[in-house]
Amino acid sequence: MEAADAETMIEVKDLRKVYKMEGIEVEALKGVSFTIADGEMVAIMGPSGSGKSTLMNLLGCLDRPSAGTYTIDNQDVARLSEDQLAAIRNQKIGFVFQSYNLLSRTSALENVELPLVYCGGNDRTKRALEALDRVGLRERAKHHPNQLSGGEQQRVAIARALINRPSLILADEPTGNLDTKTSEEVMALFQGLGREGITVVLVTHEADIAAFTQRVLLIRDGELVGDRLVTERRQAVSGGGP
Amino acid sequence: MNLWTNVGLALKALNSNKTRSFLTLLGIVIGIGAVIAVMSIGKGAQAAITSQIEGIGTNLIFVRAGQAVQAGVRQEVGSAATLTLDDASALADFQLAPAVLAVAPESQGFGQVAFGGTNTRARLLGVTPAYEGVRGYTVVEGEFIVDQQVQGRSLVAVLGANIAQTLFPEMNPIGQSLRINQRPFRVVGVLKRLGGTGFGTQDDTVVVPITTMLSRLQVSRTSQGARNVQLVNVQASDADLLTAAKEQVSAILRERHRIAPGAEDDFNLTTQDDLVAARTQVANTLTIFLGAIAAVSLLVGGIGIMNIMLVSVAERTREIGIRKAVGARRRHILSQFLVEAVVLSALGGCLGVALGWGLARGVSHITLSGQRLPSVVSPDIVFLAVGVSLAIGLFFGIYPASRASRLDPIEALRRE
Ligand SMILES: Nc1ncnc2c1ncn2[C@@H]1O[C@H](COP(=O)(O)OP(=O)(O)OP(=O)(O)O)[C@@H](O)[C@H]1O
Ligand SMILES: [Mg+2]
Repeated sequence: MEAADAETMIEVKDLRKVYKMEGIEVEALKGVSFTIADGEMVAIMGPSGSGKSTLMNLLGCLDRPSAGTYTIDNQDVARLSEDQLAAIRNQKIGFVFQSYNLLSRTSALENVELPLVYCGGNDRTKRALEALDRVGLRERAKHHPNQLSGGEQQRVAIARALINRPSLILADEPTGNLDTKTSEEVMALFQGLGREGITVVLVTHEADIAAFTQRVLLIRDGELVGDRLVTERRQAVSGGGP
Repeated sequence: MNLWTNVGLALKALNSNKTRSFLTLLGIVIGIGAVIAVMSIGKGAQAAITSQIEGIGTNLIFVRAGQAVQAGVRQEVGSAATLTLDDASALADFQLAPAVLAVAPESQGFGQVAFGGTNTRARLLGVTPAYEGVRGYTVVEGEFIVDQQVQGRSLVAVLGANIAQTLFPEMNPIGQSLRINQRPFRVVGVLKRLGGTGFGTQDDTVVVPITTMLSRLQVSRTSQGARNVQLVNVQASDADLLTAAKEQVSAILRERHRIAPGAEDDFNLTTQDDLVAARTQVANTLTIFLGAIAAVSLLVGGIGIMNIMLVSVAERTREIGIRKAVGARRRHILSQFLVEAVVLSALGGCLGVALGWGLARGVSHITLSGQRLPSVVSPDIVFLAVGVSLAIGLFFGIYPASRASRLDPIEALRRE
């Protein structure tokens, strides 16, 4: 994979999302448009309740928009069936959640293997061990999530997001539950992925974290209110790493 | 995502909540166990009935007197006193009844049999010599009733094994004189012991000449004044000639009893096969009835599985959300939960087979009034039971599994 060429990974036009709850309608996204190029690393910021998670779920093909278009890798998501969306989540996208979302009854290794289970991938264990190696947790393969620290759990979740070599990593507040040092380790991983040409979009509340990215989208009340490039980009260092 | 992955997942999920899984299993275990036990005992009973009835002889037709009508109410078969010894002799006519091999009339009653200071109650059976061959009686000591004794209304008796044992515990009974209903009889033979599962109670029988029985022990006459017999055993010369023999017997009796064409018989003909069929039907009806009750518990077990699977789906909503988020399709989730339900019920089915087999074995060791309740656990019942439990898992698993598969990933992930 080549680093940052000019091709478009994500194109969003007038994206809207209305939640209906017991007759009350909440317009979480009120027509958002932007493009993200292949290989870009972007932070989405904004106050609580502004619609960041809503947007991420749409970008991650976990939810469908109420109106507007979303094209990922030149594919119009609106036209895809449920199974096709599942395939995109499986093959193209790696999603990292604030609350890790690991299966609690299974080992780190099995958690990382999970996406391979649904695409009939071979060499599951070997590939999962490689992915765990990548996040520095090979020795913890047999551990269950409740035997791992928050940072370690998030690294397992990142390994799971990586296993199918996706072209897009989406992370909704990946460092939200982590301390500064651990956050930096996680960001080092994302920067490493970015260097490999993987597009990374992450949500954060912290300017410090956004500074590790190349570009910041600002959202307020369901609308895109800012789009700027990061001028002084920080390089994350993980525990005396690269 | 193959079947074994799913089975592995299912076992893991069931293992993580052992008590709950076990309690859910129990419904199926009991249901399948009960069905297997009932079916096996029913099958055993059927086999026993068949062998018992076949054990009393071959190619037999039982002729009984018809039903008496008292005050306009029809009584049981054999209640009319219309069958005589002469009827029996007439049936032995080779010209008129070529399909008949042998004829053995009998008359039964009960009496008190005494020797010295001991006495016992016995079934009294009046017969002719033909009875020995027709009904397969075997004499182990002395000899059976002979023609002369029938003609002479002799006071002679052949003892069943139990009677001989009771009255003559340390003595050869042959030639001894005992009393039947106060009359002196000479013992001429002892019958072979049949053991507990014989037809009737041959071991508790005292056999006497039928004429003696009718004239000296129990006096019973037909309306015409002739001596009456209760049952005539007619043996056809071949299994293929059974129907022919039946027709010939019927023709002779109608002729002798002067029954106008079109009028009803005053006697009743039953073949051994009829008897097997009738008794088997009773056993089958009972088996089906009890099996149906057992099947209800299977239904309850199935509902238990559905219930626990719904709980499981609700509890594992987040897991389902995670699986969908990383690319699981509807059918993946559907098959995961379906397999879990099927594994649960199949496990229950296997344990149920073991339980039912154990029950059937246990029951066949119980003796009820001298009769053992046999049981036959046949492979087809086992396959059926396992198949049924799989089907139950599928049927009751479909709804919870499809509910799981239709969960929206975002909704599911939001759930705690
Ligand atoms: N499932 C839902 N049903 C109804 N309303 C919802 C739902 N999800 C989100 N909302 C509403 O949509 C709006 C945007 O929510 P969203 O979770 O996207 O915010 P956010 O920017 O991620 O906030 P935070 O920074 O706190 O995570 C909020 O007003 C929220 O109440
Ligand atoms: Mg959010």
